[in-house]
Amino acid sequence: MSGPRSLFGAMAPHLGRLQAEALCKRVLGFSTADEMRVNVNSGATANTRFAVNQISTAGDNTNVSITVRAIFGKKAGSATTNRTDDESLRAVVQRAEALARLAPEDPEMLPELGPQTYVGAGGFAQATASLDPAGRAAAVRSITDPAADAGLVSTGYLEANTGSVAVATSRGLFAWRESTAVALTTTVRTPDGTGSGWAGATSHDWSRIDAAALGARAIEKARRSVNPVAIEPGRYTVVLEPTAVGNLVQLIAGAAQARSADEGRSFFSKPGGGTKIGMKVVDERVTLLSDPLDPDAYGTTFGGDGLPSRKMTWIENGVVKNLAYDRWWAQQKGAEASSFPGSLRMLGGTTSIEDMIASTERGLLVTRFWYIRPVDPRTILYTGLTRDGTFLIENGRVTRAVKNLRWNESPIFMLNNVEAMGVPVRVSASESGGPGQAVVVPPLKVRDFTFTSLSDAV
Amino acid sequence: MALSRREFLQGTTAAAAALGLSAGTPSLLTAAPRDSRLGGAPRTAGDAASRDLALLALDAAKSAGATYADARVSRNNVRNVSTREQRVLGLVDNETFGIGVRVLVDGAWGFAATNDLTRDEVIRVAQQAVAQARANRSALRRPVTLAPVTPTAEGTWRSPARIDPFDVAIEEQVGLLLQANEAALKVLKPGGRGMGFVNSSMFFLREEKTLATTDGTFVVQTIYRAQPNMTCQAVNVTAGDFQSRQSTDIQPMGRGYEHVLDANLVVNAERWATEAMQKLGAKSVDVGRYDLILHPTHLWLTIHESIAHPTELDRALGFEANYAGTSFVAPPESVLGKLKYGPEFMNVQADRSQEGSLGAVGWDDEGVQPDEYLIIKNGIFNDYQTTREQAPYLADWYASQGKPVRSHGNSYAQTWADVQFQRMPNVSLLPGEQDLVWDDLIAATDRGIAIVGDGSFSIDQQRYNAQFGGQLFYEIRGGKIVGMLKDVAYQIRTPEFWNSMDMLGGKRSYELGGAFGDGKGQPAQSNAVSHGCPPTRHKQVNVINTGRQG
Repeated sequence: MSGPRSLFGAMAPHLGRLQAEALCKRVLGFSTADEMRVNVNSGATANTRFAVNQISTAGDNTNVSITVRAIFGKKAGSATTNRTDDESLRAVVQRAEALARLAPEDPEMLPELGPQTYVGAGGFAQATASLDPAGRAAAVRSITDPAADAGLVSTGYLEANTGSVAVATSRGLFAWRESTAVALTTTVRTPDGTGSGWAGATSHDWSRIDAAALGARAIEKARRSVNPVAIEPGRYTVVLEPTAVGNLVQLIAGAAQARSADEGRSFFSKPGGGTKIGMKVVDERVTLLSDPLDPDAYGTTFGGDGLPSRKMTWIENGVVKNLAYDRWWAQQKGAEASSFPGSLRMLGGTTSIEDMIASTERGLLVTRFWYIRPVDPRTILYTGLTRDGTFLIENGRVTRAVKNLRWNESPIFMLNNVEAMGVPVRVSASESGGPGQAVVVPPLKVRDFTFTSLSDAV
Repeated sequence: MALSRREFLQGTTAAAAALGLSAGTPSLLTAAPRDSRLGGAPRTAGDAASRDLALLALDAAKSAGATYADARVSRNNVRNVSTREQRVLGLVDNETFGIGVRVLVDGAWGFAATNDLTRDEVIRVAQQAVAQARANRSALRRPVTLAPVTPTAEGTWRSPARIDPFDVAIEEQVGLLLQANEAALKVLKPGGRGMGFVNSSMFFLREEKTLATTDGTFVVQTIYRAQPNMTCQAVNVTAGDFQSRQSTDIQPMGRGYEHVLDANLVVNAERWATEAMQKLGAKSVDVGRYDLILHPTHLWLTIHESIAHPTELDRALGFEANYAGTSFVAPPESVLGKLKYGPEFMNVQADRSQEGSLGAVGWDDEGVQPDEYLIIKNGIFNDYQTTREQAPYLADWYASQGKPVRSHGNSYAQTWADVQFQRMPNVSLLPGEQDLVWDDLIAATDRGIAIVGDGSFSIDQQRYNAQFGGQLFYEIRGGKIVGMLKDVAYQIRTPEFWNSMDMLGGKRSYELGGAFGDGKGQPAQSNAVSHGCPPTRHKQVNVINTGRQG
C-alpha cells in the first residue's frame, strides 16, 4: 500500500492477487498457532453527496483490513488491524493467538479448509474504478441542473467502491477476488414540500448507469406526486415497481438459515420439528435464486472461510428448495454447506407495469418502501412505509398521488398473492443508498397488501 | 492457559494515558517538515507522531489552497465477545487507525482519508482533499460559512471509565457470559429438556482521537463505550411459536468494564429467561385505543425517533432528504418558538455532558465545546441541533433571542475514514416536578398497557408516523397489572402522541437509555447517544396486533 500514487488512484488502490497473497504469507509466517486463517480486504471508497441542488460533501478514502483467526486445538480467537508493516502484522497475530489460547474449547470447531476450486470471476469494471471527483461532480450536475431549471430541489448520493478480498489458510487455501460497486440515488422534491420523487440504480459497472435519465425519472415522479390525498388504510391491490419488490423480497434470503429453522425459531421451521424444505410456501410462479456469476448481479465467489459459493435455488416454483448451511450444521444434517454470495434474483414474467395498471380497477402504484424493520420473525412480518411516489389507480389508470401509508406485511404473504409479474431488473434495494447486495427482481402486481395507517410525510 | 494475563495485555493495550502533550502550544510552525524517521510511526492516536501528522496535514492543505482545514487522527479498538448457550461464537479484537483531512476551498468541502500514516501519504491525502473540493466547486450555489469558535489550543478529555475493558482478562469476560447463559438455560430448558436458546455478548469500544484545526484547536480525547447484551428465546415447537426477551434493562453506556459488572447479568438472566417463557403463554392483544405507560427502557427509543431526529437542522433544511429524510419540524422560521410539541410540563434537553452517557465528549469533531440547550421548552419547540456550518442558518432566530450565532457542538464522524457532519447529542426528556414513579403511573390508570424495553421500531421520513413494539407488555385494569400481553405495537402521529402525554415521572424515576448504532448520512455512519427520561403516560394511543397468521 505504499509507493507513489497519483491523486485519484490511477494505480489500483486495492491489493492485486500477488500482493494479497504475499501479504497473507507474511502474516501466516508469524503464526505459532496450530492453524491460522487470514482475511484481507483492501480498496478505496469514493462518494459525493448533493443537497439543495449542489454538492454538499464528498469523500475519498483508502483502507486495508487484515483479520487473523488463530486456532489452538478447539480454541479460536480473531484480531484485526489496518496496518501492514511487519511490527503491526506480528502484533495482530499475537493478539489473535492470545485470545485463542484463553478461549474455552469450541465443541463445533472444524479445521480450516485446504485448497478449493472456485467458479470464474466477474464483477470488476474499470469505469467504476476510474470514477474520480470531477466525473462524480459531472454526474451530479446532470441531475441538479435540470432539477434547478425545473424549479425543483434535488438531493442525492453517488458512491463508488473498488476493492479486493482475499482469504488464506495455513492449510494452503488461497482465494482472491476484485470487484467494483457503484450506486446513484436521488430524491427530487418540490420547493413547497408537497411532492417528492425518487430514482436509483446500482451496478458493478458505472457505464451501465445513466445519471441524467435517472434524474429525469425522479423529476417526473416529483411533479406527479404533488398534493397527495388521504385514502383509507386497509387491504389494497398494489402494483409494485421493482425497487419496492426488492425492498421486501431480499428479506426472505436473510431468513433462509437452516440452523434456526431446525431449532424451531424461524419462518422456515416446520411446526412439530424440522424445516420447510420441500414445502410449498408461496405462489408456484415464484423462484428465488443466488448465482455468484449472474451478469446482472455478480456476487462473492467464496465466503469468509474460503468456502466456494455456488448457484443456489432457495425457492423453486413456490417450494422451499434449499436453506443456507454453514459447515458445522451441514455436517450435522448431512447437507452440503454453501456460502451466500450476496446476490439474489427473482424470476419474473412478461407483464409490463402499464398492463398491470390497466388491469387494475382500484389499487395503488408504489415506487419504493422505507424504514423497513422486523416485527414478527415467525412470519417474516415487517413494517415500513411507502415513500417518494405513491399513486392511486382507478379503472385502469393512474389518477392521482396519495399520501404515504404504513404497512405491516410479510414478503411471504405478498408472494402468495401474486397477480402478475414483469421482467426482472437490477434495483437499488438498500435503504441507505449504498450498493448493498445485488438484487434483481421483477415488478409485481399483488392483491390484499396490508396498509395499517396513513402518514402525513411527503 | 499458555499466556499469562500480563503477556496477554501486552498485545491488547496501549498506553492511552501517555498522551505526550507536554510539548507546548501547537502551531503550524512546529509542524514544519521533519524527517519521519525521527518522529517514527504513530503508535497511538494521541502521541507526538500523530500530532505531527495532523499538523503536517493542515500545512499541506493550506499550502494547496484551503481556507480552512481540520485533521483527525484516530485509533478505534473494538472488542466483541459473543456466545450462545455453552459455546463461544467469537472473540474478536479489531483495530483501525488512520487520518481524515477535511478542507474548505472557496466555500466547498473536500475530504480524504487514509490508513497509511506516513508523511508522504498524509501530504497526498491533504492535497487530494483540496483537489476534490475544487472539483466540487463546479456544483456550488451557496458557499459554506462557519460559525465562529473559540479555539482550544491544548486540551484532553477522557470518558469516566474506571476499568479499561481491554485490560480485563478475556477468560473473565467469557466466563461471565457463559455463567449467565447457564442461568438462563436452567429456566428455558428445565432438566435439559425442551427448546430454548440464549445468546449473549459484550462489546467495547475505545477510541483515541486527535483533532487539529487551522483555527488553532488541538485536542486529544479517549472515549469508551460498553454494551453487554443478552437474548433469551423460548420455543414451543408444537404451536410453532417462539418468543424473545432482550436485555433492554441494561442499556449501553459511555463507561468501561464496570458497566458490565454493574449489570448483574447472572441474576438478571434467570428473570429474562422466565419472562421469555411467560411471553409464550401471554394473551394476544385486542386491537384498540389504550392509555400507554412507557418505561424509560422503552421510551428512550421513542424520544430518539420522534424528537431527536426531527430536530436535526440538516434534516429540516433538506440536506438529508435522500436517505434519513426531512422533518415535520420545518421550516425553521415557522416552528422556532411556535410549534407546540407537547404539554407545558414537557422539556427536552440536548447535551454531551451527562456523566457516563454515550454522547459525552469534551469537544465535537470540529473543535467546538458542546453546550447544554433546550430543544423543547415548556412544550414549545425552542432550538435545533447544529454544527458550525449550520448555526449561521439560524442567525435571525438567535438574534431575536439575544443569543450569539454559535454551533451547539453536534458534529461527529464514526472513524477517521468518515467525514464529520451533524449528529445528535444526548437528547433527554427532563423529569417532572412531582415525585412520581412507575408504580404511581400504573396505579392512576384504569385501562391501559404498560410497556417495558425497546423492540421493533419504524418511522417515516418526516417523523410523523411511527410504530413501536417492546419487550414486555402488561395489561392494566383498575390501577393494577392483571396479566401479560403479546403481539403489541402502537402507532403514533408524533405531535398528537406527545400532546397526549398527561403524566410524567419525577427525578427519582429518570434513567438513561441509549442507541449504540444510530444510522444517518450517506455513506451511512453509526453514532452512539444516550436518551434520558422518566416513565410517561399517554392517553388513548392506537394499538395494533402484530401476530398475523399465514
